[in-house]
Order: sequence, then structure tokens, then C-alpha cells
Amino acid sequence: MTTGAPRVGVLALQGDVREHVAMLESLGAEVSLVRSPPQLAAVDGLVLPGGESSVIDKLARHLGLREPIRERIAAGMPVLGTCAGLILLAERILDGLPTQLPFGGLDVDVRRNAFGSQVDSFETELDVPALGDEPVHATFIRAPVVERVGEGVEVLAAVGERIVAVEQGTVTGIAFHPEVGGEPRFHRRFLDRVERVGRA
Amino acid sequence: MTENRTSTTSTSTTGSARVKRGLAEMLKGGVIMDVVTPEQARIAEDAGAVAVMALERVPADIRAQGGVARMSDPDLIDAIKAEVSIPVMAKARIGHFVEARVLEALEVDYIDESEVLSPADYVNHIDKWPFTVPFVCGATNLGEALRRITEGAAMIRSKGEAGTGDVSEATKHIRTIKGEIRRLQGLSKDELYVAAKELQAPFDLVAEVAERGSLPVVLFTAGGVATPADAAMMMQLGADGVFVGSGIFKSGSPERRAAAIVKATAAFDDPKAIADASRGLGEAMVGINVADLPAPHRLAERGW
Repeated sequence: MTTGAPRVGVLALQGDVREHVAMLESLGAEVSLVRSPPQLAAVDGLVLPGGESSVIDKLARHLGLREPIRERIAAGMPVLGTCAGLILLAERILDGLPTQLPFGGLDVDVRRNAFGSQVDSFETELDVPALGDEPVHATFIRAPVVERVGEGVEVLAAVGERIVAVEQGTVTGIAFHPEVGGEPRFHRRFLDRVERVGRA
Repeated sequence: MTENRTSTTSTSTTGSARVKRGLAEMLKGGVIMDVVTPEQARIAEDAGAVAVMALERVPADIRAQGGVARMSDPDLIDAIKAEVSIPVMAKARIGHFVEARVLEALEVDYIDESEVLSPADYVNHIDKWPFTVPFVCGATNLGEALRRITEGAAMIRSKGEAGTGDVSEATKHIRTIKGEIRRLQGLSKDELYVAAKELQAPFDLVAEVAERGSLPVVLFTAGGVATPADAAMMMQLGADGVFVGSGIFKSGSPERRAAAIVKATAAFDDPKAIADASRGLGEAMVGINVADLPAPHRLAERGW
């Protein structure tokens, strides 16, 4: 490490990469786009953006990124996934394409498009005790939900009975888009973790 | 007057600008493909499309067959929705707010108020704000894009010339929009008032674009994209993603071409990857040179 700023990457195959980069940079991080294995090797933490999980999966396999990402996650690299990113972090995907594979990292089952079509997409105020008393303004866009939570997975937030944010070890997966709503606390938490793990 | 469908309960809001624009943000870097059957929709999703546009006829056939082109049959849209898990878009005629309400009732994920269909109103576009479903609209220049955004469009696509396989108009329109944005960035505030007048767009929106150096919504490109290199060029010119209409299913090998365009769009700045994606695709759509099209047959001139 040459500077004090955490070196983090955003998987830049498809989706709302720009919003994540802007959020991370606003928090002082050194951010790079990850589209190849060498670019992945150069970062200490990775954000999996929103987008179409089936497309990101395909492109990750095509570009030889799937196995390196799985290895880094297994080795404890901090990861933050939003929406499609949560789907990619699941152990098992429900309502996915038959050929679709997750990276894994969270011992959960995640259902795609669990709230319905775009007309059912919504914004809401969400309690996330791990981030403090002030609620999170959460934007859900054709969002997934977590349907099974394994041992060792902490539930961070739910909409009614539906689990929408989880954490296991250094991996965080959320069904909504803090990067779209200007909510910095999840990214701050991710960067703090990158710094801690990087130093360890 | 139409009922305002943007609804807020004590805890949540649907149909807000953020939610509508947000879906387009998630499509960035992706390819949206025109499909006319559930089988084509399956091929598109398997090839890596981020969304499909459900249509009865692709633009090349609309152009060849002539006649009035309208919204698709709801049964077709339902069948395509049932086939795929990615977002499904559908087209309404310019100004046809009832076709748009029908598409909203069918729960399509995005409505394209499209010049590819025959306009239903030669004066007004649809007032898109009262809808819960988001709209994408075509534009040939910045003023047109800003007028559509003022009417509530949550996504813009440069028009190009649909159904031709000739990318030259797509190039012209994306270059025009990006160039006009760059020009705004160099203007002082007093000059921006005049720019707003010339663009025939609200001053606040013009000032916002000048400040951020981009539209406040996602900008895709469309109309004539037929090859992986076409798609990559649109991305290099600053598009956030591409629509491919007739270019895939009017070609020799739709499966391979669709997958190749997806790969080239993602790796748009890597010539070697684009070369690899371009190999062995069979015949591209035959196409029509836009220069050979008489003016009344140019779809991009519909909408204002």
C-alpha cells in the first residue's frame, strides 16, 4: 500500500457502476474499475453493483473473473453487493436462469425480482440498527429478497417479514440501492472494513 | 385528466422519479434487444440482453410492410413477460396516452414512446409524469432530449434510423447530443439563458446539464446498430448502453450475434475483445443506406 486511502474496486461489467464509484470517491477511497483478473488482484475490497445479475454472471465467466472473485471472497476480501450484487453473493438463486451461477459468499438463498415488476419498485425509510438510529432511505428497483439465512449470517434489515440486508464475515449484501439514494453509511462501513482487513 | 398513479403509503413510494430513473441506471453497459416472439425473447435473455423490447414487427419489417404501426397485442406482451426474467419494455405511439395506460396495466417495465410506430399526435407527446411505469423516449439532439425529460421521460435513447442497419444516423445523434452538452459546459450563466431559449428547454434543466456535464437520466443509443463494432463505437461515443432492433433477428445467426454484441458492449474499449466477438457471426442484416431513404420514410424525423 502506497497511500492511506483504501484501494477498492467496482466490478464494472454492467450496471450502476458510476453511482458506486461516485459514492466511494466522495468518502475518500481510491477507486478503480475491475474488468480483468489483474485489476481484481490490485484491489483490497470489491463492490458488486446493481444491474442484471444474469448478465454480470455471464460476462464474469467470459472474462475469466468468476474463479478469481470466488477465491478472493473465500480468502476474506471485503465485498459489498447491492441488488444484483446480493444475488451474485448468494449460495443459491431462486427464479434465476437455469444456467445462472452466483459467486457465493453469503450462506443465503435469494429470490430475484421478488417484489414484482417495475411498477412495484419503491422507495422507503428502513431501520438498519447496525448503522445507527437514523433510518436509511432505501430505493428498491425490481429488487430481490433473502429467503433463507444460514448460520453465521446476520440480518441487517427487513421490509416487514422480508429480509433485505445481510452480512456474513466480511461480506455484505443488500437488496436496495444506497448508491442511488445518496446514503453513504453502507459504503463507509465497507471502507472501514477494507482498512481493517488490509492492516491485519 | 388521468389519475396520478404515483402513490405514497405511510411507508413507501412507487413511481417516483428516482425509482423510474433508477431502473435505467441498472441497465447501463447493457444491450436491449427487440424481440417479436417468446422464442426470440429466450434467445435474447440467454445471450445476455439486459432487457427486451416486445414488438409485433421489428422496424425493418415495419419499414418494408408499411401501414400504420401500433402498440403490440397484449397477449404477445404477456407471453414475452412470462418467458423471461429480465425487464420487458414495449412501445406506445407518440402521444398515445391510452396505449401507454394499457402497457402500464400489463405491467411492462418500461414504455418506449417511439417514433418507430406511427405517431398518434403530431403536436403533443405523452405527459409521462402521472405514470408509475417509466418511459424512454427518442431524441436526435439535446433540445429534443430535454423536452422529453421535461415531459417526464426517465431515460433517453438517441434515435438513429431504425430498421436500416446503417449506423450513421445513430452516430450523428449521439455525437450531436454529447457535443451540445460539452458546448453548454463552456457557457457562462448569462449565456445559458440564451442556450435554453435556443434549445427550447427549461432553463433549470439546461443549467443542471451544464453543471453535471450529462443528462440527468441515462442515455442509450439506438437505430441501425448491427455489429459488435457498431455497439462498441456507440459506447466509445459516450452512450450508456445500446438498443439493437432489427440487427439481431434479421441476421444470419441471431444467437451468436446477440451474445457477441453483449460482449463488445461490455468490452467496448478493447479492440482485441471486439475482434474476438466479431468472428464467425455469419451474415449481418442486409440493411438500407439512410442516404437512399426518401425523407418521408425517415422515422427519426417523427417527434419534435
